[in-house]
Amino acid sequence: MSGPPGSGEFWPPPGAMPPVPHLTIGHLARRLLLCADRQLAYPRGVPGRDAAGLQVRTTNIQFMNMTKKTRWGFWSLVVAVSLIAALPVQAQESVTAVTEAVAVTTDEGTVTEAVTVAVEEAAPSDGPSLEDRVADIEAYFNNVDRPSGDASKIKVPGPGHNAWQMISTALVLFMTLPGLALFYGGLVRSKNVLSVLAMCLGVAGLVTILWWAVGYSLTFSGGNAFIGDTAQRFFTGMAPGNVGAGYYWISDYMWAMFQLSFAIITPALIFGATAERMKFSAVLLFTAIWMFVVYFPLAHMVWAVNGFMCGPLNADAGIKAIDFAGGTVVHMSSGWSALVLCMILGPRLGFGKVPMPPHSMVLVMIGTGMLFVGWFGFNAGSALGSDALSSNAFATTLLAAMTAGFVWGMLEWVLRGKPSVLGFCSGIVAGLVTITPGAGFVTPTSAVIMGVLGGIVPFLAVVYLKKALGYDDALDTFGIHAVGGTLGAILTGVFADPAVNGVLSSMNLMDGLVMNQLKACALTIVLSVVATAIIALIVKFTIGLRPTQDEEREGLDTVDHGEEGYILE
Amino acid sequence: MKKIEAIIKPFKLEEVKDALADLGIEGMTVSEVKGFGRQKGHTEIYRGSEYTVDFLPKIKIEVVIADDVAEKATAAIVKAAKTGKIGDGKVFISAVEEAIRIRTDETGDKAV
Repeated sequence: MSGPPGSGEFWPPPGAMPPVPHLTIGHLARRLLLCADRQLAYPRGVPGRDAAGLQVRTTNIQFMNMTKKTRWGFWSLVVAVSLIAALPVQAQESVTAVTEAVAVTTDEGTVTEAVTVAVEEAAPSDGPSLEDRVADIEAYFNNVDRPSGDASKIKVPGPGHNAWQMISTALVLFMTLPGLALFYGGLVRSKNVLSVLAMCLGVAGLVTILWWAVGYSLTFSGGNAFIGDTAQRFFTGMAPGNVGAGYYWISDYMWAMFQLSFAIITPALIFGATAERMKFSAVLLFTAIWMFVVYFPLAHMVWAVNGFMCGPLNADAGIKAIDFAGGTVVHMSSGWSALVLCMILGPRLGFGKVPMPPHSMVLVMIGTGMLFVGWFGFNAGSALGSDALSSNAFATTLLAAMTAGFVWGMLEWVLRGKPSVLGFCSGIVAGLVTITPGAGFVTPTSAVIMGVLGGIVPFLAVVYLKKALGYDDALDTFGIHAVGGTLGAILTGVFADPAVNGVLSSMNLMDGLVMNQLKACALTIVLSVVATAIIALIVKFTIGLRPTQDEEREGLDTVDHGEEGYILE
Repeated sequence: MKKIEAIIKPFKLEEVKDALADLGIEGMTVSEVKGFGRQKGHTEIYRGSEYTVDFLPKIKIEVVIADDVAEKATAAIVKAAKTGKIGDGKVFISAVEEAIRIRTDETGDKAV
């Protein structure tokens, strides 16, 4: 029954009016998403006019125009990042550095007794005693824990140690930008030089964002023996004045940044093996996945307080191995991953027939010098303080690297007729890699021996093994970083000296150390190889690894980046 | 008019230029080229990979001159560029149909 308003019946009659469109949140969201997706799918070109003067879009240069596969990947990434961000935050009190002014009360009247009596009477009832405070200052100089603990009046980072940490971080970043960039850039042909520079820049940016978002937390925050948790994602709960995440006298921020600089250079090293024939998009996608599957877990295992392979900090470590500055984490992981990746990628077009000499040995040498100087931050900065240990690391680094460089050059002179600049440079880098796991554990003399071996073994790998096995490791990432890193890790076990670093005795690491080092090497290699194989195949069968043959011949600089490295008029 | 193309060793350029200037021939075009005849290249080694570089840097001089000067000019070039060792280069002489000076529109022998 229906009738007009006021009649007590339905009005308007059902079916008479058009249905009101549903504007629920769900519908709006769906329309928004489809609209955004459509923006990605449409080709966008450069506006211009055709012969008739009509406005058109030239589609020679197309951007957006994503295929369905790419759009699926893009939206999956968005969903994944949102899920990580939405994970519930563990309750964490934010620690702020607070310095309380504790008033020291003294007796009324002048102090006529001996100073010791006055000091006793002047001691405040709460807060650390004067002796404790002096002990805290002494702890700063000795780079050890504050005896007063949480009650200390100097909870902030120690200026000297923190300053060295800041310099070290800058030096390690300098190793990537532009040290590694120029070292690798000079080694490729001039049509691909910018692709190497872009790789370093792109990887650095991507890793930084991942590190801030969730990488630092996964590596160093809580969790289990194999991976951390996400409690400190987006640096939640951290403060610049806090100490202790890294060591007692360096800022937590500097610890995070220092470790970030390591996280940046590690994937950049991998792509030395794939140079001149891997798409930029594949580089970034591979890096993004590799960091989560290999680097964050490996760095956690080797350097976190509850890490599976962290001998110096974890009394319950499954493998009581030592790695001072990243022989396993940085060099073995990148080197062995590089081998697998370059084998799956395949050789460069014309490899073995067309000569592909380095286009600029000058750039290579400049890059080597930058790597060398930066490496002092890498090794000596890993002492997490400016003290005797960092001085030892500095000395061993310089001695091993220079020795290895000289030995490589001399080997070339004897075996190949002439010492080459590339030989000296390669030797220096190989020596640096070899000493990296042991810089703060071995004596200078042991460092020289390690340098000699670091000049010989990687030389043999690069010059003879590569030719024998036939893989195209374009810039010798495997030969120098994998072989050098593995050699260094084992030699560190051989030459580790408790007189150099007390943690070797205090954490009882010397027993079976070489066997532990071998176990750590094995775990690192297995993780790197298996993970890289899977990731490489994933990338290969989604967006593809290589450019087309024509693109590879033209050169990646123009194809991937629209630029030329040298425009010489 | 004749065109003389001479491919010579790079360090001989100044001598050849002076020899032609002595004959009154002031203009020439010079390019940097690479090439080889019977002279072998050299080997470079980068980390165990050997490359044989066949092409050697040379200088090509092109001069267009009147017919009467051609023989003297050729002889001067050959004498100046000769070292007696392998890789000295070659001289080619061809006939030129026309030559025009752009500034003055002169043609023929007046243009060279």
